[in-house]
Amino acid sequence: MLELQNISFERNNKKILNNINLRLDENKFYVITGPNGSGKSTLAKIIMGIEKPDTGRIIFNGTDITNITIDERAKLGIGFAFQQPVRFKGITVYDLLKIATKEELTKQQACLILSKVGLCANEYIDREVNGSLSGGELKRIEIATVLACHPKLTIFDEPEAGIDLWSFQNLTQVFKQIQKEYKGINLVISHQERILNIADEIILIEQGNITKRGNKNMMLDTIFTHEVCSKGGVACE
Amino acid sequence: MNNIEKELVKKVMDNELTNADAYNLRVNGESVERKNNPYIDIISKKDKSGIDVHVKDNTLFGIIHIPVILTESGLTETVYNDFYIGKNANVIILAGCGIHNDEHKDSEHDGVHRFFLSEGAKVKYVEKHYGEGNGDGKKILNPITEVEMQKGSSMTIDTLQIKGVDNTFRKTKAILASNTTLVINEKILTSNNQEAKTEFEVILNGENASTHVTSRSVATENSYQEFKSNVIGNNKCYAHVECDAIIKDEGVVKAIPEICANNIDANLIHEAAIGKIAGEQLTKLMTLGLTEKEAEEAIINGFLK
Ligand SMILES: Nc1ncnc2c1ncn2[C@@H]1O[C@H](COP(=O)(O)OP(=O)(O)OP(=O)(O)O)[C@@H](O)[C@H]1O
Ligand SMILES: [Mg+2]
Repeated sequence: MLELQNISFERNNKKILNNINLRLDENKFYVITGPNGSGKSTLAKIIMGIEKPDTGRIIFNGTDITNITIDERAKLGIGFAFQQPVRFKGITVYDLLKIATKEELTKQQACLILSKVGLCANEYIDREVNGSLSGGELKRIEIATVLACHPKLTIFDEPEAGIDLWSFQNLTQVFKQIQKEYKGINLVISHQERILNIADEIILIEQGNITKRGNKNMMLDTIFTHEVCSKGGVACE
Repeated sequence: MNNIEKELVKKVMDNELTNADAYNLRVNGESVERKNNPYIDIISKKDKSGIDVHVKDNTLFGIIHIPVILTESGLTETVYNDFYIGKNANVIILAGCGIHNDEHKDSEHDGVHRFFLSEGAKVKYVEKHYGEGNGDGKKILNPITEVEMQKGSSMTIDTLQIKGVDNTFRKTKAILASNTTLVINEKILTSNNQEAKTEFEVILNGENASTHVTSRSVATENSYQEFKSNVIGNNKCYAHVECDAIIKDEGVVKAIPEICANNIDANLIHEAAIGKIAGEQLTKLMTLGLTEKEAEEAIINGFLK
């Protein structure tokens, strides 16, 4: 179980997250959605420890993790796939997967992980994780590194971004499978109806506040009739 | 050889010496072991210290090893090695210099290597530099490499300065005829108060001559590095020079690029980037469970791999 208590985050006199309270239970698939700039990625980074909240506490499976480092959270079983995958120089896909699994990883095992995200493994395993990979390829590799960690809490930040239409179907399959295989909490940030459709629960964030939360059917009905400013932020007055 | 010397050879040679088709082992200023074969002939120079290596025309996949080891503190030497590579011959040359210095006198090895590639010859030259020992005597390596490439020949130079060299000044000069390719990959890691300078001069004289120079370096603690390159294009030719450096602590890196096109069809590119390790790279590896220090090591190892 993950519990966020009174999480606030402010930068340049702007309230990015405003007293967030959220409880996420085991074996559930959550999708966070909301307008651009509403604070979704910031919330995910706070859970992973990449950003420090100004106030509030984070409890993960009974442990207060508010003040522990990113790698300590990773060791407790939190995994995070970046919205914008990081590029390296000289580090290969295989290197990253080896780091992620923390144990001996044969090329064959690494290929298996890559095939889960729809990459033809032999072509990619020895490629450097740099700008020579396409946006969609980087995104798939990013997802693969998180799958390789077998986290108890997985956070995917807009995993569908940059993934082509044909592969998108497979991606939703991947998430369904994660949900089946790993008994844990899955949290996906997404704007895609297809992803919203496989959620147990949908959480709507607007201007740093959780404004709505509920099961898929109830939420899908209300979200699309809900007035949201297309320029980001909350509904215009 | 004693154990220190044997270990030192291993540090600069990935391959067993005896696996080579021909080799010359130099320990503390003397050639101590040598092997020749019908295609590759190594002869000691008469007028100065060093060797002449003759590779016959059409030699296929010859492997030559020429390690140099210094364990005697205070020894300073300049060695002249010349390589004459026959037409269409294809060889791999592994050179390496390891210095062990436990005393307070400086040890220095200056290797002057000249390569003469005949038409169609192919050479891969790998050079590793390594220093160790507890004395405050410096470990100094100043290599000079000169390359002359005839029509249709190609050469790859991989140089690696792994650790422990206090002072190095590397000069490389190459002259390329038509349809030749020269690839240079340089990797350097410096720490403490070490200083490393490299200077490249590549002259592209022939039509369709091309060169690709890549330098990747990491300067940590109080070390200083300087990268200077000069590419001159005198014909329809192509050059790409890339200098990429990571700085840490008080490390300093200076890059001085120079390219000169004397022909309308010369296409010369120079790229240089210096900066600290990107914060997001550290963050990503930490989300995979590495501590900050481990993440830093993984990034540097990958960069210099
Ligand atoms: N460190 C920071 N300093 C200043 N502003 C920040 C910082 N981090 C985030 N912001 C701002 O906070 C807001 C929320 O950003 P965040 O990335 O969380 O949005 P998001 O909901 O993920 O948007 P998107 O759907 O576009 O990915 C944005 O206006 C952003 O510019
Ligand atoms: Mg975002």
